Amino acid sequence: KSSVQTIGEEQIQNPYTELLVLKGHQDIVRFLVQIDDCRFASAGDDGIIFLWNAQTGEKLFELHGHTHKITAIAPFSSSDASEEKNHLILTASADRTVIVWDCTSGRQVQKVSCFHSTVKCLTVLQRLDVWLSGGSDLCVWNRKLDLLCKTSHLTDAGISALVELPKNCVAATVGKELVIFRLIASNDGSEGWNVLEVKRLVDHQDNILSLVSVNDLTFVTGSHVGELIVWDALDWTKQACECNFWDSSVPPDVQPEIKLSQSPNETSVQHLTSDDECVFAAVGKGIYVYNLQMKRVIACQRTAHDSSVLHIEKLPNRQLISCSEDGSVRIWELREKQQLPAEPVPTGFFNMWGFGRANKQANQAAKKMQDNTPMYFLELVGDLIGHSSAVQMFLYFGELGLATCSADHLIILWKDGERESRLRSLTLFQKLAQNGDLQLKF
Amino acid sequence: MISAPDVVAFTREEELEDELCSEPPLPEEYSVPLFPFASHGANPWAKVAGSKFTRDFILISEFSEQVGPQPLLTIPDDAKVSGTFDLNYFSLRIMSVDYQASFVGHPPGSAYPKLNFVEDSKVVLGDSKEGAFAYVHHLTLYDLEARGFVRPFCMAYISADEHKIMQQFQELSAEFSRASECLKTGNRKAFANELEKKLKDLDYTRTVLHNETEIQKKANDKGYYTTQAIEKANELASVEKSIIEHQDLLKQIRSYPYRKLKESDFHPYEPECAPGQANAGCGRDLTASEPAETHLYAHVPSYTPKLIKAKSAKCFDKKLKTLEELCDIYFFTQTLDQLHQIERTFRGDVCYLLTDQISRALLKQQSVTNFLFEDVSFLDEKPPEKQYRGCRGLGQDVVDRKCSEESPAPKVVISLGAYKSSVECVPIKMEQEIEDSQEPKMTESVTFDHQENLDYLDADIKGSISSGESIEVLGTEKSASGLTKSESQASLPVSPSPQAGRSKVGSRRTVSEDSIEVLSTCPSESLIPEDFKASYPSAINEEPYADDEEGGLRFAPKLNPDNADEQEDVSKQDNLVQVDSSCCIGKESPNFLEPLPDLGQKPCDEDGVVRIPPQPYRQAEQGLRGSFGGFPSHDGISGGFLSYELDSRYLTGSREVSKSSLDECSDSTSYISSAASTCSDRTPSPAHPACQASERHKKKAGQNALRFIRQYPFAHPAIYSLLSGRTLIVLGEEEAIVKKLVTALSIFVPNCGVYAKPVKHWVTSPLHVVDFQKWKLIGLQRMASPAGVNVLHALSRYSRYVSVLDADSKTLRCPLYKGTLVSRLADHRTQIKRGSTYYMHVQSILTQLCSKAFLFTFCHHLHLPISEREPEESVVNRRMNFLKLQLGLANEDIKIVQYLAELLKLQYIQEPGQGVNPLLRFDYVPSFLYKI
Repeated sequence: KSSVQTIGEEQIQNPYTELLVLKGHQDIVRFLVQIDDCRFASAGDDGIIFLWNAQTGEKLFELHGHTHKITAIAPFSSSDASEEKNHLILTASADRTVIVWDCTSGRQVQKVSCFHSTVKCLTVLQRLDVWLSGGSDLCVWNRKLDLLCKTSHLTDAGISALVELPKNCVAATVGKELVIFRLIASNDGSEGWNVLEVKRLVDHQDNILSLVSVNDLTFVTGSHVGELIVWDALDWTKQACECNFWDSSVPPDVQPEIKLSQSPNETSVQHLTSDDECVFAAVGKGIYVYNLQMKRVIACQRTAHDSSVLHIEKLPNRQLISCSEDGSVRIWELREKQQLPAEPVPTGFFNMWGFGRANKQANQAAKKMQDNTPMYFLELVGDLIGHSSAVQMFLYFGELGLATCSADHLIILWKDGERESRLRSLTLFQKLAQNGDLQLKF
Repeated sequence: MISAPDVVAFTREEELEDELCSEPPLPEEYSVPLFPFASHGANPWAKVAGSKFTRDFILISEFSEQVGPQPLLTIPDDAKVSGTFDLNYFSLRIMSVDYQASFVGHPPGSAYPKLNFVEDSKVVLGDSKEGAFAYVHHLTLYDLEARGFVRPFCMAYISADEHKIMQQFQELSAEFSRASECLKTGNRKAFANELEKKLKDLDYTRTVLHNETEIQKKANDKGYYTTQAIEKANELASVEKSIIEHQDLLKQIRSYPYRKLKESDFHPYEPECAPGQANAGCGRDLTASEPAETHLYAHVPSYTPKLIKAKSAKCFDKKLKTLEELCDIYFFTQTLDQLHQIERTFRGDVCYLLTDQISRALLKQQSVTNFLFEDVSFLDEKPPEKQYRGCRGLGQDVVDRKCSEESPAPKVVISLGAYKSSVECVPIKMEQEIEDSQEPKMTESVTFDHQENLDYLDADIKGSISSGESIEVLGTEKSASGLTKSESQASLPVSPSPQAGRSKVGSRRTVSEDSIEVLSTCPSESLIPEDFKASYPSAINEEPYADDEEGGLRFAPKLNPDNADEQEDVSKQDNLVQVDSSCCIGKESPNFLEPLPDLGQKPCDEDGVVRIPPQPYRQAEQGLRGSFGGFPSHDGISGGFLSYELDSRYLTGSREVSKSSLDECSDSTSYISSAASTCSDRTPSPAHPACQASERHKKKAGQNALRFIRQYPFAHPAIYSLLSGRTLIVLGEEEAIVKKLVTALSIFVPNCGVYAKPVKHWVTSPLHVVDFQKWKLIGLQRMASPAGVNVLHALSRYSRYVSVLDADSKTLRCPLYKGTLVSRLADHRTQIKRGSTYYMHVQSILTQLCSKAFLFTFCHHLHLPISEREPEESVVNRRMNFLKLQLGLANEDIKIVQYLAELLKLQYIQEPGQGVNPLLRFDYVPSFLYKI
């Protein structure tokens, strides 16, 4: 019997009552990246990049240029003071090229093909107006695609993730290691930069899978065996470490009951996201909320999905969206647990899977420990079922909706049906006025 | 469909007027309408009891110069059809009223024989003794061997129902004109061929004679001519003359199309391309190319001339050519096809035809909503395009389409007056010029000064000469031209109402001993004096149904004329508000709390029987002139028409009663039509050729649907699923069973666009979310194999988007339905027995639903705030109030209208160039499992 929480067919809080299927890709779609308020790009294993209108679902451009699958994509908006913002995107592919595309014209601006290995990550440092490519080495490029500098060959595995840190630093994950680089303006002036390896942090036991910057002072990494380390972004010291937090957290005595298999896949930190207070970690099939101030996990959903959670994101309205290999997207809400003196019936979902007792105990334990601390839980408020295969990633467009991409080659735009209906009415009456149908015609 | 014809069959014709004029003295339920033909028989269908034939047929007869009038063939070619009806006698009758001026031969001022291009004449003729009424179409064909080169023929549509002939006159006329044009085109071709052969013969004869004369001349040196030589010379001269004559005839016949083209309303018969060839470049430009018909004479098979005697023997032992020989074989078969088509089109009861035409005309105008539930094939009909095309194969369906093109908006002619003025006659110009040149441009010099379509037929019944003769001619050119101008004008006033006119005809017939009444005829111009013509210059093409005297769309006076200041800034919206000021939001009634004011008369009476006879075209035109096609004015009849359309109490308040009476009505119709041998046609048939193909499908679908709603107690939620846009999957092992269910349910599926219905009859692979976007009704195979497991898995995965009807275990899994709409649509206790009847019942309720959706969609204030500061909640409240109170929708019915409204919006805002992105709308509602 599946221990995954289900919500059923009645989802009052789920606003997404309309969907649009965007077809175009011929292979797994892995990346979605927002270009501006109403456009996004999608890329995947077929090496094609599509530009879409997030409102209408209209296919704007189909960008061909890569011969292999896309490995990284990054938006590269010009920081020019000029009125017209020039939207570019960078794409890296397994064909060892990086192409710069113009999103307004749909044309290829430039192509770099001097890489020795596949570029696995791209980061744009808007502040310095340079961009970095990470593969087996780290290269720094300027807007005109001049190679400014590069590091020596690091490892064969190469850099898997990059994140910008203060003081012209970047953190790169290379296997188990976290390497800090610093960009130093070259002595001869102009706009040359030199890149310098500053520090190598080897605190993780296994490959670092996720890397996210929380704020100017902190960043977080997560590894394959479930270590979550909070780092100081200025001096790169370990602020906190949550190892094995999945089995030592909130209800410590639950674990034997639910019999989580402890294979690495089940505990790997797939994806991290954060807001000012918390770090949200997709660990295996579960979602964990780690409070930075309390330095502990304040809420979790051990089996949020049927299989690995691939991407999570925090919405402004205390909601959290996760997508998983099981093909579903779920919407969660972080709620404060009611601090009733004697909770007769455990709230939410725990009662359904025998969490009740444990929860109560935990509750009591928590109350014993710190009575003034609010307790939280993740409530499932809706799920989106449409994809027939793993949902790789999603992009939240605010009221425009939600775009999800999947291994079934599809992108689905989920929309608020009420809002869409209203918009259509608006368009309708605009068109009526435009056609003059509002006037009498004889 | 706007309404079911079976319903209309039960109406009384004077009903509407009665109601409008005065309240009936008795309460409606006590007043038994008197049957107008009570003296004739017991039931409404017995009025044709006198006829000796069982169904309508087409008769072609000829006035043979040898034996006189004789019937040639009937369509359908079946002896049973005409029964004991005396075809010979009737041929005599119809041929004796041929008023076309068949002046032929040598005109006084001309040296050569002239071909007279006589227009067809169209006559309506009644023989009350025989119980036969006929539309008679006279035409002449050319025959070189005939007297004056012409052979008079006529095609007659014979029916026992006088009303049918009168009311369908226009359509009949248009169709028969086409057939006639086809036949004549073929005849001209054959005639030209014949002439060419004759010319070759003559040429050969001349050569032979010439040679003989030369030989004689040489042999004869006596210096004088022998009688033999003189004879030969005379013979030669007469051959020469004959050659010139025949050349002239050939020229005339060849130049015919050119001359005719200048007449604005001449529609040459255009053999059409098959659909596939239509765009293959055979279409020609009218201005750039010469008429296609001239090409018909291009190829003349090689012919060996033979010697002929200069004086052709005109005697009675000569065998005249048959009709088939007179006409090019291709065109002859085309004509026959066309006639068969006419027979198919017009068979059946006249009210069926009328209702169908009306609903078609109305549907055409409902351009915003008609895509939802109407036939795609019907909506695809293109407006007529005047284009010349090459001579290609002519498919039957093309003919069908052509037929419908001829009258883009079927004109429903009810009044005699209207009918009369629509009988146009093309004046026949007798040419006095002798054309010398063969160049086509010469033909342009032929001018027609008096092209006016004279319409003096209003000198109608009143001006008819009543006589004791066996033939009563009511309105011929003879009588008309015999009148002086003032007299004819004095007789112009037509009977004010169609009803009066008709009843007059009827009553007079009963007292008259005349066996034949010619009710009207279409005269040829040749007998009209010039001054008479000039006195009617304004009658050109004036058709009463096309005039704009009504002023088109008329809105009701404003409910509150006081708040003019408010109206200014929302003037645009006002137009919509005014559309139906009673149920739309006015600013005065933002909450929709006021009840529907009663607009005009309620057309449905207490027992719910629909009492609206086939609507005269005027109402329809008036009401549906606007681009939205649905806003009648509030005066008089139309007001009642509207409230009939929109009044939610119609059929709801007294649902059971109305339904049963409705069903009773339709069933009794079918009963009577099958039982009464006197019916004009036992098999009510599709009235319009365009929908003929789908007619069987409709019948079948209706039958299956009937079975479905009787068999499955959970039919309502299933139908609700379809109407609200939730995909319904019919799951089953047997393909036949599943397909049958899908067919049955398909009549409830709204179209998402002007494409085919979103119905997939049979699927074997697992479904995906894309399929639910595309299809709203899917037949799915249940398999025991592993693949089948996948299918079921996908089904349970996407269960929130679909309702599943399990045909094997007879279960349904779908959301709850508590509305009232579907129960009207699908009552398992319904008395309707015939599939087509049920189909129409469904269509009429769906049409009603569409009008609600239309109103809901296009009411501005329901969707957008009136003022900028108005919060969204109040708009939502207003919307819900409108749906509940004004449209009278309950519970889930709201979702149906909302879904239809979304479809309407999508359809309307869709840019023509790009295809609309199919989107899937759904709700998070729990499903329930229904079992039998």
